Amino acid sequence: MITAGVDCGAKNVKVVILKNGEVAGKAMVQAGMDAAESAETAYAAALKEAGLVPEDVQKVVATGAGKNEPGFKDDTVTEVGADARGMHLLHPDVRTVIDIGCEEGRAIKIDAAGKVVDFAINEKCAAGAGAFTEAMARALEVPLEEFGKLSLESTQAIPMNAQCAVFAESEVVTLVHRKTPKPDMARAIHDAIADRITSMVRRVGIEEKIALTGGVAKNVGFVKSLREDLETDLVIASDPDFTGAIGAACVATDS
Amino acid sequence: MAQDEKGAEYWRWTESRWTSPDVNWQDGEVVSAGVDVGSVSTQAVVMVDGKLYCFASMRTGSDSPESANNAMKWALDGTGLTLDGLHATVGTGYGRVNVPFATKAITEIACHARGGNFMYGPTVRTILDMGGQDCKAIHCDERGKVKAFLMNDKCAAGTGRGMEVFADLLGVHINDVGELSLKVEEEPPPVSSTCVVFAKSEASGLLREGWPKEKVLAAYCSAMAHRVVTLLERIGVEPEFAITGGIAKNPGVTTRLSKELGVELKTTDMDTQIAGAVGAALFARALYIKKLRKS
Amino acid sequence: MIANYGYKDGSGDFFISIDTDKCDGCGDCVEQCPAGVFEMVENEFDIEDDDELAAVKPDQSRKLKYACGPCKPAAGFEKAELPCVRACEPDAIDHSW
Repeated sequence: MITAGVDCGAKNVKVVILKNGEVAGKAMVQAGMDAAESAETAYAAALKEAGLVPEDVQKVVATGAGKNEPGFKDDTVTEVGADARGMHLLHPDVRTVIDIGCEEGRAIKIDAAGKVVDFAINEKCAAGAGAFTEAMARALEVPLEEFGKLSLESTQAIPMNAQCAVFAESEVVTLVHRKTPKPDMARAIHDAIADRITSMVRRVGIEEKIALTGGVAKNVGFVKSLREDLETDLVIASDPDFTGAIGAACVATDS
Repeated sequence: MAQDEKGAEYWRWTESRWTSPDVNWQDGEVVSAGVDVGSVSTQAVVMVDGKLYCFASMRTGSDSPESANNAMKWALDGTGLTLDGLHATVGTGYGRVNVPFATKAITEIACHARGGNFMYGPTVRTILDMGGQDCKAIHCDERGKVKAFLMNDKCAAGTGRGMEVFADLLGVHINDVGELSLKVEEEPPPVSSTCVVFAKSEASGLLREGWPKEKVLAAYCSAMAHRVVTLLERIGVEPEFAITGGIAKNPGVTTRLSKELGVELKTTDMDTQIAGAVGAALFARALYIKKLRKS
Repeated sequence: MIANYGYKDGSGDFFISIDTDKCDGCGDCVEQCPAGVFEMVENEFDIEDDDELAAVKPDQSRKLKYACGPCKPAAGFEKAELPCVRACEPDAIDHSW
């Protein structure tokens, strides 16, 4: 059976082609002005990688903030449902899923069958999502890819008071004036967001194993801060950008 | 940071100072002062026997005590009055404990109620302070005593800082944002994101779609007005109603706010940014008189 | 006076209100709150009054959604059973969410 999963995130559109439970092709493109168009582009690229044509695909399921946009979708699934399903396929022993995307953070508790038991979402506020780290990296003029690594070089923990991304930018400016080393500021920023994510996870209850997915999972600085805050080990999803898309493709297979 | 052709930053609002032509400190019995050290701006006010004598309003620097000193120095500039001539000083605002020459620190909520009462008259019952990094809604009685309040200093939406971000994004001077936003022929739907970070990306999208600046500003000003209206719902609006703080000078927000609430706004010929410092100076006077009575 | 501490952000309303006319300054809420949200402060609203009042710490008021999270319904609590609400004999504390 061949199915496709499309994850229309706030920043990127991810597409996965699933052939008999295995990933046959995948693609990620930046969500441009026109989400439907970006989805088409990503879909075509993923099909090309899999060596398939649209007619080969039996069902397409979309998820993510822009899940209603792609014209070629057959059905949609919630982000929480897609995350749970995708994670269960990749790491069946995971019971708590943390997904931090660009504009949203989610904590999902799943049972042994991969069914959602409980979840908490932080949305509509940049402070609990990847947009926070992005804004801070920009304020410090550090490329996002290096921002996480920079944090690992920190020698001291300094607290951040601001709970808002915009106020945090002003706070960072003050820290720069005080000649605070950049690695320490990077760590303060990652500690701050990790602290908020941990509180969100505690709301659904922590059950091992815990996995982290979403674009922010690639940020080693954040991962370190979150590990320390949760005081437990953390499974990092094997391909964190695609967990939702894989989940959506699984949902397409299930139905 | 974006700058115009003269090198001025778009978000930078005008600093100001003023001395009353009608009041003379040499004739006064009690000379009291209030300093409001906010996270974005600092105001120093001197009152003589409960009358406004002089003030200065400037941007807060990275150091609170220094900002307080600078603002007071500027307020006293050319008056012949010195710090030693102040009988009592109250510090207020975010950096209130860091005013080196203050007799006491008092929360900005109490000071805004007292200051609003002075500036808008005793009939004011609801004061909305829209400051640089917070937004306060206060109910007060005819003496300016607080009956209920709420303060939001966690989130930049609905604050001057949020407006600065937009002035910078659009390359429009913060002083002109309000007027420009009112130039639209038809009111656009408000920006849908509350969060300033997300609203900013939404606005960038609108600009790419070809929206003119005034339309984007109108969408943001009405979003801010709406946001504050929902915040006010928690404590309700009891007339008469007045707005203090920097945003009170932005007609793009105040006009829309008053329309959405269906409540008229009281006006004042005083600078709306000094309300907290005025309240602090009035508290300083009351404290000094209380001390005199005891001794 | 009703003092509302907390905030409203994109994700919702998070306020703890304290009725300062009911608050007797006992400090039980400070002891009972597992997250250390409360503190006793001087009554700055009335310069004639020398009694202390319960208030929400400023740094906590900016993250109430998170600080109070472990006591909220998701963790099995009802509003009336919240440690702070239960600890307050004069019934001065309320939560908006």
